[in-house]
Amino acid sequence: MDTQTLIYIFVGLSFALYIGIAIWSRAASTSDFYVAGGGVNPVVNGMATAADWMSAASFISMAGIIAFSGYDGSVYLMGWTGGYVMLALLLAPYLRKFGEFTVPDFIGARYYSKAARVVAVVCLIFISFTYIAGQMRGVGIVFSRFLDVDVTLGVIIGMAIVFVYAVLGGMKGITYTQVAQYCVLIFAYLVPAFFISFMITGNPIPALGLGSEVNDGSGMYVLQKLDLVLQDMGFAAYTDGSKSTIDVFCITAALMIGTAGLPHVIVRFFTVPKASDARRSAGWALVFIALLYTTAPAVGAFARLNFVETVNETPYSQAPEWFTNWEDNGLIAFRDRNGDGVMQYRSGDAIVGAPVYTEERGPSGERLTENATPPGENEVYVDRDIMVLANPEIAQLPGWVIALVAAGGLAAALSTAAGLLLVISAGVSHDLLKKTFRPNISEKGELLAARVAASAAILVAGYLGVYPPGWVAQVVAFAFGLAAASLFPAIFLGIFTKWMNREGAIAGMVSGLAFTFLYIGWFKLWAPESNVEANWLLGISPEGIGVIGMVINFAVAITVAKMTAPTPPDVRRLVASIRVPKGAETPHMH
Amino acid sequence: MNETENDAETGESAHSNAYWKANLKLLTVLFAIWFAVSFGAGVLFRDWLDQFMIGGYPLGFWFAQQGSIYVFIALIFVYTFAMRRLERKYGLSDDD
Repeated sequence: MDTQTLIYIFVGLSFALYIGIAIWSRAASTSDFYVAGGGVNPVVNGMATAADWMSAASFISMAGIIAFSGYDGSVYLMGWTGGYVMLALLLAPYLRKFGEFTVPDFIGARYYSKAARVVAVVCLIFISFTYIAGQMRGVGIVFSRFLDVDVTLGVIIGMAIVFVYAVLGGMKGITYTQVAQYCVLIFAYLVPAFFISFMITGNPIPALGLGSEVNDGSGMYVLQKLDLVLQDMGFAAYTDGSKSTIDVFCITAALMIGTAGLPHVIVRFFTVPKASDARRSAGWALVFIALLYTTAPAVGAFARLNFVETVNETPYSQAPEWFTNWEDNGLIAFRDRNGDGVMQYRSGDAIVGAPVYTEERGPSGERLTENATPPGENEVYVDRDIMVLANPEIAQLPGWVIALVAAGGLAAALSTAAGLLLVISAGVSHDLLKKTFRPNISEKGELLAARVAASAAILVAGYLGVYPPGWVAQVVAFAFGLAAASLFPAIFLGIFTKWMNREGAIAGMVSGLAFTFLYIGWFKLWAPESNVEANWLLGISPEGIGVIGMVINFAVAITVAKMTAPTPPDVRRLVASIRVPKGAETPHMH
Repeated sequence: MNETENDAETGESAHSNAYWKANLKLLTVLFAIWFAVSFGAGVLFRDWLDQFMIGGYPLGFWFAQQGSIYVFIALIFVYTFAMRRLERKYGLSDDD
């Protein structure tokens, strides 16, 4: 069977599985829809959390980012896992004990204020839409490369699938499809990684392979060889970074704290039966996540080594098939500076910006681009995103492995998209309608509103996927920075102090949010040309500035709280009750 | 946290206060370790640690890309078990 047929079969089967699960687990009540009835087994929830968390970015992009940035890529590995420690130890069990449906529910009740709830909803919706646009782009990439369908059609198919199980099943449907999606995506990630690790080092476990000797008789370790090869070509050593220590520190911290403050992750811990289950569930989530996250750096290093050895100093006319395939998809370009028809891969840019292809072909048959030529010697442009997707082809693995990777990429993108859609719909139907503007709405009406909101969110997400605005890739830093600077401090102070009051929390959230928004917006959107280290505050890049936003939030909140009226007694009782696992759930403050 | 609490007002008992204090102490220890393996070994002291090797990994690099993640998992499960013991001790467990 040829690879294309296999891809259709694998992707088709996985989609059928997701739909089947959705029909089996329809939501009957708002509690089913928002938190799966609060009865999900902690290990199952851990697995669903892992799928929810690991997005198209984790599956498709992360290993590629590490491949091209070496040590600097560690910020994602530590940042996106260390946040789970904060979640498990500082937030999840208490929010579960609190026992309602959404993150704004907690903020609204703890700070006895509709305004606080609305600020939280605004943060949540902004964070979630930023994130979801990236998922839909991932769906589009996978469809256009592997299934040979138009990106638009690909996004529409993806939207239809998510529509069925998110709108019908709500959190209940999403939870069980996410479990299936986790299995698909982790299998798809690990199988090619095992093959490649075994090929390069003789050790099939990627995390061990990366610490082993290369299988070519040189007796060198993988990282040693990579350092040597890259330095020969004018790159920095793989195990050295180019970011400053303070920047690495701040980006890691912003990603950790941001992870702990992301609403679609937090809300997953509302679905387990008890507070103590929330702790255990976060532990399992991290185990399932770590399977991919400890493999990704190995995949990145092996892919870089493979790429260099296959491409560098190879005549274009003898380029492997995957190279021209990805060139046809616009993610690779060859600019023959010296006209020798041989691809010299060096440090620096081959062309200025992303490739804009002309209709013509060069003397060796390469697609020509109209981009300006920057100084330097590099002749190969490569989009980092292809590293995971092209890896099985680069390593010449069998067709079914390639098909598996296609299904895995889609599973990663769809599971995260569904989780995000759900928090957006709950934010609208529960927090804005039921708790703020239409308190008299019936349960049936609220459920309908949740479904309508989810449908509308899918349409917006689909639109962003088909017409990806240029700023999407630029503002992913927003999601983490804003979560770190707005939601995390408010939730943390709400649990660990009794004296943080309404005025302090709102002032803190607004100032943390405003500072972070303006800083990232300035360097990423309004004045991107000034985005260089010399202009940064304390040398901290926009990716890491959420930490400063968080410090500002804490400082403002504490100062304001000390100058305004103390918290009312019933709020202090609420805090006391969420701190202990035992006892009935907090009396709801309706 | 300097809280002048009226226990009758918030419904807290000597048990739940002792439980909360023990929890905060545990959190301090676990977050010190959390900080040490990631920000310490993986970022601030990476260059110095890189002179040691663990297999083919420079040690600081290993902490940044592998070791910290394993320690994070251990921290969560240690916390889970320690808290279960604390909750039994103070009779505050949510087990049925």
